[in-house]
Amino acid sequence: MQILYYISELMIPLIIFYIVGYGIIVKANIYDDFVKGAADGFKTVIQIMPTLVGLMVAVGILRASGFLEFISTYIGVFTNKISFPAELVPLSLIRMFSSSAATGIVLDIFQEFGPDSKIGTMASIIVSCTESCFYTMSVYFVAAKVTKSRYTLAGALLATAAGIGASVFLTNKM
Amino acid sequence: MLNYIWGFMIIVGILFGALNGTIPDITDAALNSAKDAVTLCITMTGVMSLWVGLMEIAKNTGLIRSLTRKLQPFIDFMFPNIPKGHIAREHISTNIIANILGLGWAATPAGLKAMEALQELNKGKNIASTEMCTFLIINISSLQLIPVNVIAYRSQYGSVNPVGIVGPALLATICSTLAGILFAKIMAVKK
Repeated sequence: MQILYYISELMIPLIIFYIVGYGIIVKANIYDDFVKGAADGFKTVIQIMPTLVGLMVAVGILRASGFLEFISTYIGVFTNKISFPAELVPLSLIRMFSSSAATGIVLDIFQEFGPDSKIGTMASIIVSCTESCFYTMSVYFVAAKVTKSRYTLAGALLATAAGIGASVFLTNKM
Repeated sequence: MLNYIWGFMIIVGILFGALNGTIPDITDAALNSAKDAVTLCITMTGVMSLWVGLMEIAKNTGLIRSLTRKLQPFIDFMFPNIPKGHIAREHISTNIIANILGLGWAATPAGLKAMEALQELNKGKNIASTEMCTFLIINISSLQLIPVNVIAYRSQYGSVNPVGIVGPALLATICSTLAGILFAKIMAVKK
């Protein structure tokens, strides 16, 4: 376990060292290249900034209204029947909108039930095998200036459902 | 699509807030979220500049090309219509590798650049190309091998075995990714 932390800590400095070191060895124009790329990266973020404002405001409003909790209690009645705890319904919903909000919920769950409880374990696996699909989709499509996303959402939801399904199955087997 | 999702979130949020007595929270949430978005962008601008800058070096020294070559069979299989040697291949490879390693800060910049490159191939249409759909579905299916953050939170909250979830999480990730790949492939062929 210590090794795992060590590797993940080392990863970023190692990548930077490797890229810059290799650039020096092959005598590339590294500083000019870096500045050129940095300007490019800067431009991309500025382009998506308005989208991010729009998106985060919408998610913020929906979360603050308490609608997700409301829906969760109703969905929970059904999900309990397929051995999916009602406590994890809000997590599964919010996970699709925002990673940081989902992290907040996972920490609440750890606090209340403990990370090694069945719910805590299931929550850990769910957040590990899913992504914030609405967030990713909107930001990426804006970068490409695309408005019609065709079957992307269907595929993304299917992958997310498969991940959550697998999490429930595996936790019950553990 | 986004028109509906975005509009739905706001309308439902405000209507429900009015019924639920959470209207004051909604005002706070709207203003704070807008502020958070800008704060996030400022952080992201720094990270993005750093990473795309490094990638420019890696590109010009040929590091990315050797990386792309290793992922070639996978890219050929998933994205048969991207011409050989097109820049989109490099960005997609970088994004996938960064995702697998759990380097979210590096994955997003590469992903955004990949989308821009794919849009170039899409000739600026406002309808997503098949490649874009495939790329996003793979991306959203989650590729991370080791969920380092989750492990850290677990140990912080006193788990006896913080890494105990690594195995099952990996299996679940494989399930979601396979489901995504299968769906993307079927839809791409159907077209």
